[in-house]
Amino acid sequence: MKMKRIYVNEKWCLGCHLCEYNCAFAGSEETDMVKALKDVHINPRIRIEEEGNIHFAVSCRHCEEPLCVRGCIMGALSVEDGVIMIDQDKCVGCCTCILMCPYGAIMPSDTGVMQKCELCLRTAGGTPACVEGCPNRAIVFEER
Amino acid sequence: MKYVLIGNSAAAVGCIEGIRQQDKNGEIVVVADEPYHTYSRPAISYLLCGRTTEERMKYRPSDFYKKMDCTVMLGKKATKIEPQKKWLFLEDGTIIEYDKLLVATGSRPFIPEIGGLAEVRKRHTFMSLDDAKALDAALKADSRVLIMGAGLIGLKCAEGIAHKAGRIDVVDLAPGILPSILEAEAARAVQEHIESQGIHFHLSDGVQEFRDNTALLSSGKEIGFDILVVAVGVRPNVELVQKAGVEVRKGIVTNERCETSLPDIYAAGDCTESYDITTGESRPLALLPNAYMQGECAGINMAGGIKAYNKAIPMNAIGFFGLHMITAGSYNGERFIRKSGRDYKMLVSENGVLKGFVMIGNVARAGIYTALIRDKTPLETIDYGLISEKPQLMAFSRKERDKKLGGAAG
Repeated sequence: MKMKRIYVNEKWCLGCHLCEYNCAFAGSEETDMVKALKDVHINPRIRIEEEGNIHFAVSCRHCEEPLCVRGCIMGALSVEDGVIMIDQDKCVGCCTCILMCPYGAIMPSDTGVMQKCELCLRTAGGTPACVEGCPNRAIVFEER
Repeated sequence: MKYVLIGNSAAAVGCIEGIRQQDKNGEIVVVADEPYHTYSRPAISYLLCGRTTEERMKYRPSDFYKKMDCTVMLGKKATKIEPQKKWLFLEDGTIIEYDKLLVATGSRPFIPEIGGLAEVRKRHTFMSLDDAKALDAALKADSRVLIMGAGLIGLKCAEGIAHKAGRIDVVDLAPGILPSILEAEAARAVQEHIESQGIHFHLSDGVQEFRDNTALLSSGKEIGFDILVVAVGVRPNVELVQKAGVEVRKGIVTNERCETSLPDIYAAGDCTESYDITTGESRPLALLPNAYMQGECAGINMAGGIKAYNKAIPMNAIGFFGLHMITAGSYNGERFIRKSGRDYKMLVSENGVLKGFVMIGNVARAGIYTALIRDKTPLETIDYGLISEKPQLMAFSRKERDKKLGGAAG
């Protein structure tokens, strides 16, 4: 379906990792970024890949035909208005979604059940924090 | 249009969702012999160890059938199909007419012929919610449990009950555990981990005979037990369609559109054969993701759409006592093996494509490997050295990466 998705433009990515910090902060329940992240090993839902001078961010693509949702043994993953959401209360951490996702965009949370990008629908009011905080517009939220 | 589905697990749910992508109004009737709302079958081990509940293990929300506008007939057994008239007979005498029929009858535990087995009173299997409830009710804190079969089901059962049984012994004819997904070296490492949790293995050994509550093994060992769990394999439930004249080999034979050999009868899930693209062989791939995707494909085709189920591979994500592993494909070909502490990884390539992999411990981003197998990506088009180190999109060309991360997603 036509909807806004997160897209990355690796030419503009500086490899600054701010998206990872903004993601981790948006996912925390803190209101102060320093309190939320100082001395914390962050576990963001968007991850930078880097090699030499190439950098880019990877997060859930919100696929039209998501393999993670089809494979989930618990029915914990679902599509709501095009956005792939996870019910962490149902998830048992079996990792089948990790087996299925061709982008490597779903990973364990700190509690062992899985976490993924939900376009900040639950956390930052639907404006993805990684996009908001990207200093070079290497990550955008738009319809293509 | 009237769709009738036999079964109420992953394949049937996939079929319902597939039908509703195409046809919002057709009548859907679901017939299943189990009395429950659709639930996750693999969740039963998590239920026993307390990591889920009967409510949370529902495979779809409580309002699923209502939202999908389905009539459900639970606790009803289908006994006969009359393909010419397009009738389905139920045990209670009801006859249901269908336009399109889905057979998603699943599989059942295989019970071997062993002397004295039929007389074992506390004999259990481990595939259904009722199985899990019965086993749970039988268990006492000092119960000695003997599990026949060190495969996926037997070992998930062991994990599920480990904290509430007195002693657990596992016996298997194979020399290594999890023989369907692991080879010797990896199997040994996982076995050691499971043994460290107090589970006892008797491998390359089999039960010759049961005498009351004692199993006599081929090796001469005698194992006393209070509860027996038989988990030596599964058999597809094919009898219903076989009687109706549908072609059956190792499972129900279907084409890429999930049609059986008889018109308007489709089949999906554990009861069918799948064509494994990594070996070129057809056999039942009794795995939940495949069942769902087959069911969805059947549903789309039943409702007039066109969809092919043609990328099946064996694949498993499973964990025991905190040690995760992900495996996929087949293991004939050139190997790349990497070990580091508890982490183990093997990649297998043949004729320039990835055929299979095993990851134990660190399973991060394994799906990138699965996609290479599924898509038969020519390894010469990616940086195989880089991707062997860890699954990463960096190994793809910039153009391919732009497509993956910048284009509309599949």
